[in-house]
Amino acid sequence: MTRIPVEVDDVRHEHDVEPRTLLVHYLRETLGKVGTVVGCDTSNCGACTVHLDGRSVKSCAVLAVQVDGRTVTTIEGLAGAGAELHPVQRAFHEHHALQCGFCTPGMIMQACDLLRDNPNPSPEEVRHGLEGNLCRCTGYENIVRAVLSAAREGSGTAVEKTAPAEAGAR
Amino acid sequence: MTAEAQAPESRELGRPRRRKEDQRLITGRTRWTDNISLPGMLHLAVLRSPLAHARLERVDVSAARQAPGVVAAFTGTDFAEDFGSLPTAWTVSEDLKVPPHFPVTRDEVRYVGDAVAVVVATSRAAAVDALEAIDVSYAELPAVVDMTAALADDSPLVHTDLGTNRCFSYHEDHGDYEATKARAEVVLRRRYVNQRLIPNAMEPRSVVVDPTATDQFTIWSATQVPHFVRIFLSLVVGVPEHRIRVIAPDVGGGFGSKLDVYAEEALCLALARRLGKPVKWTATRSEDYLATIHGRDLIEDVEITAMRDGRMLGLKVELLSDMGAYLQLLTPSIALLGRYMYPAIYKFEAHSFDCVGVFTTKTPTDAYRGAGRPEATFLIERAVDDLAAELGIDALELRRRNWIRHEEFPFTTVAGLTYDSGNYEAATARATELFDYDGLRREQSERRERNDSVQLGIGVSTYTEMCGLAPSRWLADTGYAAGGWERATVRLTPLGKAEVVIGTSPHGQGHATTFSQVAADALGVAFDDVEVVVNDTATVPWGLDTYGSRSLVVGGTAIQQAAEKVVEQARVLAAHLLEADVSDVEFDSGTFRVRGTDASKTIQELAFASFGAHSLPEGSEPLLDAHATVDPETFSYPHGTHLCAVEVDTETGASHIRSYVCVDDVGTVVNPLVVEGQVHGGVAQGIAQALYEHGMYDSDGNLTTGTLVDYLVPGAPDLPSFVTDRTETPSTTNPLGVKGVGEAGAIASTPAVVNAVVDALRPYGVTDIEMPCTPQRVWRAVQGGRAGETAEQDQHWPEDVQSGGLPTDRGAQ
Repeated sequence: MTRIPVEVDDVRHEHDVEPRTLLVHYLRETLGKVGTVVGCDTSNCGACTVHLDGRSVKSCAVLAVQVDGRTVTTIEGLAGAGAELHPVQRAFHEHHALQCGFCTPGMIMQACDLLRDNPNPSPEEVRHGLEGNLCRCTGYENIVRAVLSAAREGSGTAVEKTAPAEAGAR
Repeated sequence: MTAEAQAPESRELGRPRRRKEDQRLITGRTRWTDNISLPGMLHLAVLRSPLAHARLERVDVSAARQAPGVVAAFTGTDFAEDFGSLPTAWTVSEDLKVPPHFPVTRDEVRYVGDAVAVVVATSRAAAVDALEAIDVSYAELPAVVDMTAALADDSPLVHTDLGTNRCFSYHEDHGDYEATKARAEVVLRRRYVNQRLIPNAMEPRSVVVDPTATDQFTIWSATQVPHFVRIFLSLVVGVPEHRIRVIAPDVGGGFGSKLDVYAEEALCLALARRLGKPVKWTATRSEDYLATIHGRDLIEDVEITAMRDGRMLGLKVELLSDMGAYLQLLTPSIALLGRYMYPAIYKFEAHSFDCVGVFTTKTPTDAYRGAGRPEATFLIERAVDDLAAELGIDALELRRRNWIRHEEFPFTTVAGLTYDSGNYEAATARATELFDYDGLRREQSERRERNDSVQLGIGVSTYTEMCGLAPSRWLADTGYAAGGWERATVRLTPLGKAEVVIGTSPHGQGHATTFSQVAADALGVAFDDVEVVVNDTATVPWGLDTYGSRSLVVGGTAIQQAAEKVVEQARVLAAHLLEADVSDVEFDSGTFRVRGTDASKTIQELAFASFGAHSLPEGSEPLLDAHATVDPETFSYPHGTHLCAVEVDTETGASHIRSYVCVDDVGTVVNPLVVEGQVHGGVAQGIAQALYEHGMYDSDGNLTTGTLVDYLVPGAPDLPSFVTDRTETPSTTNPLGVKGVGEAGAIASTPAVVNAVVDALRPYGVTDIEMPCTPQRVWRAVQGGRAGETAEQDQHWPEDVQSGGLPTDRGAQ
């Protein structure tokens, strides 16, 4: 067991974790952050995407001990305290960019990261920026529309609290 | 206290309402089954066979029982008293063979993934760790992988006791096919392979069972069919059905794969009963690939008899349908569900249909988006394109010469179905306009003339399908165990809100939104004043769940009819309170008014008056509350025209979809946003079958595409942007005029894409490319064509190569 301090969605935690525990399991099982989900066991689907120090990671591909002293934002904390919805969340709703919604937390977190890197992407760039996140319901059409719409509204600059950019376990 | 009257903003039908479901899904406040954690909850892990076929000589779980955190471990024989065989609900023929299918096998393993033993522990990690301590000795038996070989007399048997690998034979004749052959000028013969697919709903299956009292259980399951699960688990596990409550909380997609009653559901129930503790199981993705049903997997032989002028006379279809190792809930019925749809939109004189179900040592197949109709549509639309090429007639023109004309509806097809409505001309005209059909044909000719290394292909699919499952009498005639009705309850709360209780079970379709719109219109209340109650057998006691594009067609009709009954109850009360004759009370947009006066009551006022029950008409009961159970008389028949342009690089074999246009006719549209989303997703899954996906087995029966690394579910860069439009020919088979849309995209798109790829390469002598049309397969087809090989049947049976490029033997389909 290793003791790690970590800040998740603006709340500080400190827990003993088994070295083999994945970040996604720590979030779901220890912290009850079940908004972040597990869709595969090979890091292909991206459903578990969260932000680690402001950049997207697949939380199934990060060990909990690697977030020692770092900051995690999940879909549950994306909008920030007091805010109702992040602009990307709002765009997903407005453009019907989700159906079953299982991929949606990861898709939204990745879309935020994409817009941070490229605030004004082309449709092709959106598609490539989301290539690590699978959706089985939408055919991606409305997801692309939502991300482009969020970009037009400038949500590339509306990224949540960011720690000094460490590439981390990206 | 008075009920506040809130007038509806406007008519809801046709409005692109944003979904009520979204808020919790975009903020992570969801209720997936795997999110559920109960005090004292135990975790189930399943040891699965690494071999396709073997006799179990010994299964020893004693060491696993000693592992840290382990509460119990069991073999299949330990469960002999706990449950019977898992159910198969469709007796498709008299000769159907249904082998025993226990949640944990007792004697033999019959596919890679067959359950051998289970461990229950205090954590999931402990349970999975302890699987390693189970000692199994297998006596290996031969795998049975290839369907054709499985039917040979000397084939090893999947189930020795059955004496054959033939699960069933089915034959149906409509008209005299052989007579059409005698006078035909052309006979087209083709073999198409409709490959095995892995459904890949994004949420892996999961189940939690909570023993709430002695022999009383609450079950949460990631299922499309909570009502089915309740009935069948009662039968399998022997818990009385009134002691079982099944909840399907938020469910992350299904596409047919969660239209089943699974071993792990029975196991968790049996273990919760044995151990008196909540028990949970959640699949990993790779486990899901083995333990959740697969889709399609047919070899489809077709003959079309025709005249040189393009008139099609007869259609003969012979299918081999891969069951896998056991029969799941609907396994044998899937290929047969398509049997009426092979003639599609065309006026054939005769149709001969044969299907043989075959056992193999593979994961069982069952319903996957479209279930039988994609297989039918793929065959007929591929064959019509091939016939057009044979005859030198434009692919669209050949269809025009044979399809049912708008003025001919209602039309009874050679297969005996009566299509109520349709307008193939209108959908096709709109699609060709959006697509620029003539312009793309010109570009195709130019590229061919200059021998461009990148060729352009144009693929057509003019599909129809039957959906809105299903008339109960039809189901009975085909051997199905249950009915096809749907039940809705509509009630007004004391303060004038509406609750709609409906037995369909959404898992992404947006029922709460669409059904709110239907109820809001019928009751004259606001969209936001409707609550839709679903997915729980305690709050929704009657229902037949969601599949076969039935929810709006059947369930929506039930809601409409229940709401109309509530309006009639309210009208009687209004007449009483306003001291008028019932026949003088008019209803419009939520208000009852005495004709020719200002006297009126809103439906909200009447809800409170009825709740108070202070003054009710003679003989009437308190509460505005009614139900309706709708058994459809027939199906709905959506149709449309899908056009696909593919650029094929003849040097690399890469296919790139340049444009995809679809014009669908799904009748009256309640919510165009939801409908368009369904079309997008369906088209994407159909394209995925055409170009990317294949559940492959090697000759030893190993699933070689056993993870998401090996099985190509397309990502955003792999799919084109879609151009969608609609024509609207209202269905005449239900009062809303709606047709199903959930499966249409997946049914239509696969042949459009493959037709386009083949069309690009026809100058090279290519007449077919087996799906998925990977660059390697396309490149080989081009090379074969250049070398002057003709497109004989053998071309469909590559001896040495599969899409992954690994040499395998012929058995490895």
